[in-house]
Amino acid sequence: MSDDVWILGITMTKFGKRPDEDTIDLAAEAVHAALADGGVTMADMGILAAGNLMGGAGGIGQALQKQVGQTGIPVYNVANACATGATALRTAIMAIKAGECDYGLAVGVEKLSGVGLLAGGSRAADRDEWTPHGRYGAVAGVDGRIGTETMPGVFAQVGMEYGHKYGGTSFELFARISEKNHSHSTLNPLAAYSKKMSLDEIMNDIMIAYPNTRPMCSANCDGAAAAVVVSDAKLKTLSLEQQRRAVKVSASVLTTDPWQEACQILPDVNTLTRNAAKQAYEAAGIGPEDLDLVELHDCFATAELVHYDNLMLCEEGGAVDLFESGATWRDGSMPVNVSGGLESKGHPISATGIANIWEVCHHLRGEAGPRQIENAKVGLAHVIGLGSACGVHILERAA
Amino acid sequence: MSSRVPLVDYLALEPEPHLVAHECVSCGARYFDRRNGCANCFGTEFHDVDVATTGEVRAFTIVAYAAPGIETPFVAAVVDCEGTSVRANLINVTPDPEHVSLGMKVRLATNSVGTDAAGTEAIGFGFEPISN
Repeated sequence: MSDDVWILGITMTKFGKRPDEDTIDLAAEAVHAALADGGVTMADMGILAAGNLMGGAGGIGQALQKQVGQTGIPVYNVANACATGATALRTAIMAIKAGECDYGLAVGVEKLSGVGLLAGGSRAADRDEWTPHGRYGAVAGVDGRIGTETMPGVFAQVGMEYGHKYGGTSFELFARISEKNHSHSTLNPLAAYSKKMSLDEIMNDIMIAYPNTRPMCSANCDGAAAAVVVSDAKLKTLSLEQQRRAVKVSASVLTTDPWQEACQILPDVNTLTRNAAKQAYEAAGIGPEDLDLVELHDCFATAELVHYDNLMLCEEGGAVDLFESGATWRDGSMPVNVSGGLESKGHPISATGIANIWEVCHHLRGEAGPRQIENAKVGLAHVIGLGSACGVHILERAA
Repeated sequence: MSSRVPLVDYLALEPEPHLVAHECVSCGARYFDRRNGCANCFGTEFHDVDVATTGEVRAFTIVAYAAPGIETPFVAAVVDCEGTSVRANLINVTPDPEHVSLGMKVRLATNSVGTDAAGTEAIGFGFEPISN
């Protein structure tokens, strides 16, 4: 018996506009499908970890239990920005590793269609008297007066900073990364957007924050994803079919950003991602060259580029060359975001950190249909939430 | 005479406009917000230091889509002021990719944010290109 933890059942719902379903409907749909996929029921589950950011302070986990099964198990409602789903999954994994239970359930869900800017979406009207407020003693709103709080603008600067450091970036380069992901999405029926877009269409679409145009930004949409995890000992008692389809969690890592000069000026999404990747490769005993596919957090086209480097898919400073080589296209040597990525699949925040793991599992199980990466054995899923939190999971198919 | 106030407390208007950082006494980490402690070394003692008023653009974006009431497009940037990173808008420059570039040399400049009911003017800051 080992202390390995396995994904037994996993699913994502169709992402997109789901006006007729509320948050609980979507979460329940994902949970029912994940339980069925694993061949288990709520009666087997020893813990529920649930993530949802837009629904307010009420416990999403307990509200969900009232629809899918109130069995009295501990519920952890987790919140970690865009890493919320990964955090929920890791919470369930930790409970199994701690020996508290044999089965855990994690779910992430979001209703995000039509929400618009998630940060910097509003600025209070100026007061009629200049009085200092807050930690900067500001007499008026600072968004737009001292830089930008919007996510497209923040991540645009992240990509531009990489270009300043290593060279080789341009508006067109970033747009071509988006062209790749939109092309990949045409094979994904669960993606919110699955339309191929030409480079011209991408570059001439509405500019949001240079160099990110609208199709280069993650799509706000509705969706949920859920996973059932199981201990190694319990898995060995299950059917051969369940054992064959189970996916090994070879690494489950969560980091935050260690202090660096400037990290409180522009979020440093690099150091914590690199730290998480290093820890994950070490825990899994594999290197980036062993990966058959990667789902990384392309919340914006500008972000995908820097994470090639942060996840060590290339030499330091070599992200532009890696992309230019064609390696990250689905027929390349290091396929990245074959799901279409957040730019086309969509980004219902709390669902994302489980949905990207579902994508990897789908390929490792050989069930990805027309978009299958042939003979995929090992994959990596990465998410980052500003604040910051980074989740990296390395997954391996059953031998 | 109407009075003036800075948009934020780390903008000093006198004798010449400049930014003031809270510097950790033990490790030298610099911050612009009110501090409870140092994120780097956990120290709790800080002193104020003046930040260089010239620098280099290390990252920028041209924001075209922002909250209602914010004039767009505008250039948001990170400026490296001789080792201290500063978040600011680039001002007195045409906000398009032909006029803004990475590595561009800039200097601190002020602008008016507006005047309140009592006639007090709020003064903001940004960085403008140093023309050759």
